[in-house]
Amino acid sequence: MRASVVAPIQGLGSAVLSAVASVGTAGHLGVGALRALRKGDMWGPHILAQMARIGVHSLPIALFIATFTGIVLALQASYTFTGAIPLYFVGTLVGKTMVLELGPVLTGLALSGRVGANIAAELGTMRVTEQVDALETLAYDPIAYLVVPRVLAGAIMFPMVVLMANAVGIVAGWLTSLWLLDMSSPEFLKGLRLFFRSWDVWFSVIKSVTFGLTVTSVGCFFGLHTTGGAEGVGRSTTHSVVASSMIILVLDAFLAAVLL
Amino acid sequence: MSIRLEEVHKAFGRKEVLRGFTIEIHEGETVSIIGGSGVGKSVALKHIVGLLRPDRGEVWVDGENVGRMPQQELYKLRRNVGYVFQFAALFDSMTIGENVGMGLRRIPEMSRASIAERVAECLRLVDLEGFEERMPAEISGGQRKRVGFARAIATEPKYLLYDEPTTGLDPVTTAVIDELIMRMRRELGVTGVVITHDMNSAFRVSDRVALLHEGRVRFQGTPTEMRAADDRIVRGFIEGRPELMGAAP
Ligand SMILES: Nc1ncnc2c1ncn2[C@@H]1O[C@H](COP(=O)(O)OP(=O)(O)O)[C@@H](O)[C@H]1O
Ligand SMILES: [Mg+2]
Repeated sequence: MRASVVAPIQGLGSAVLSAVASVGTAGHLGVGALRALRKGDMWGPHILAQMARIGVHSLPIALFIATFTGIVLALQASYTFTGAIPLYFVGTLVGKTMVLELGPVLTGLALSGRVGANIAAELGTMRVTEQVDALETLAYDPIAYLVVPRVLAGAIMFPMVVLMANAVGIVAGWLTSLWLLDMSSPEFLKGLRLFFRSWDVWFSVIKSVTFGLTVTSVGCFFGLHTTGGAEGVGRSTTHSVVASSMIILVLDAFLAAVLL
Repeated sequence: MSIRLEEVHKAFGRKEVLRGFTIEIHEGETVSIIGGSGVGKSVALKHIVGLLRPDRGEVWVDGENVGRMPQQELYKLRRNVGYVFQFAALFDSMTIGENVGMGLRRIPEMSRASIAERVAECLRLVDLEGFEERMPAEISGGQRKRVGFARAIATEPKYLLYDEPTTGLDPVTTAVIDELIMRMRRELGVTGVVITHDMNSAFRVSDRVALLHEGRVRFQGTPTEMRAADDRIVRGFIEGRPELMGAAP
């Protein structure tokens, strides 16, 4: 009887404890990364390669998603508005939704799979094959050498990828309006400009910087804390994708509440 | 200028691996640590360079308390310590030459040319002359181990820690590596700690041998003393007779 009451509480207790412990280790990693920023000689030489890997290699998937999002947004807007609201609002909806929400969030989620998982698997493999230990014994700080270039590259490249995705999504929505909705270009552009504020673009950039920091640092965190061989690497990769997706969605709501 | 572990305790979760491990390695001496697999030999070795920190007990290297040392100072200490990893732990995104040169690139005074020269010299020492441009994935397990060895000795460290340097190697390569370990001690006065399964290797390369059993040093002495020991665990290990050690089959 008592055991059946106590066990779930104990389970919850240890879950909370281990959550607190991982927040602690994550904080430790964050502080370490800030300190390691000073060691430019260690991360400097790697930043370009990481930027290429994180940015350039992510473009195809990000632009693919943006294209279809733009098309769907235009079609759904016209379906919703027909008869009630002037059709040029299709341009407004496509523009606003792409820039404020779907550009950053869908790209962020896609890249948590593309970039975050890749980082977790790479660093996880390095951890279980003792390459991280080897770095340490050769007097390289793994935070400065491995984490900093990846996280910085994420913070720099995510906004670029997202801005391109926004643009491609809007163009896709525009072409859809022209070809499938019998709208004219001036109509679409009128709607697009109607409620446009430059702040919207800044908001998109701020969001994508935080998402870039999130995806890369979560990937590094789970990668470096991998235990248990190849199986452990698989586990870290999955955890990294799940955790960064959840953090992205929470941050998304938080930033909307605070900044809009 | 010595290595001393005092009553080191280390557990992972509930698993107590080291339970009062004490050993002292004097300057210029080579000591082998033997013991069954999974008893914590690698864990003990990692404490010496601060890759792991003791839960209790102390680790002293060069008169400094490694267990309590701040991370930044550890990096300084590690310039004097070479570590040969069990499975080589080569960086697979780099060439063999870059791997061996990693530690050298941390030394500001070294020019590109002198690094290349030293890398070639170390590769020659392990019989892998001209392997600079190959990738770790392209060479055999034994060759990888030798590259790991070359990488560890490249910076001419005062201390060398070898984690199973000969396990899985053929007898000829084993003899080559054993000879290198002895040369490091003889010609460069390196202080060495060798972890091994291989009793012949242990007796050949070391001044003293220590047997790690159930988290503690069960026995230590010169190879001659160990051969003569009548401790049943030591006998069981040397003769490969688990029944003496009370181990479940
Ligand atoms: N970082 C770690 N986290 C959890 N357990 C570990 C870790 N390192 C080693 N262990 C455990 O400690 C025990 C001793 O490991 P090890 O020192 O590698 O053995 P060996 O004597 O074969 O070198 C093993 O059971 C291993 O699973
Ligand atoms: Mg081991």
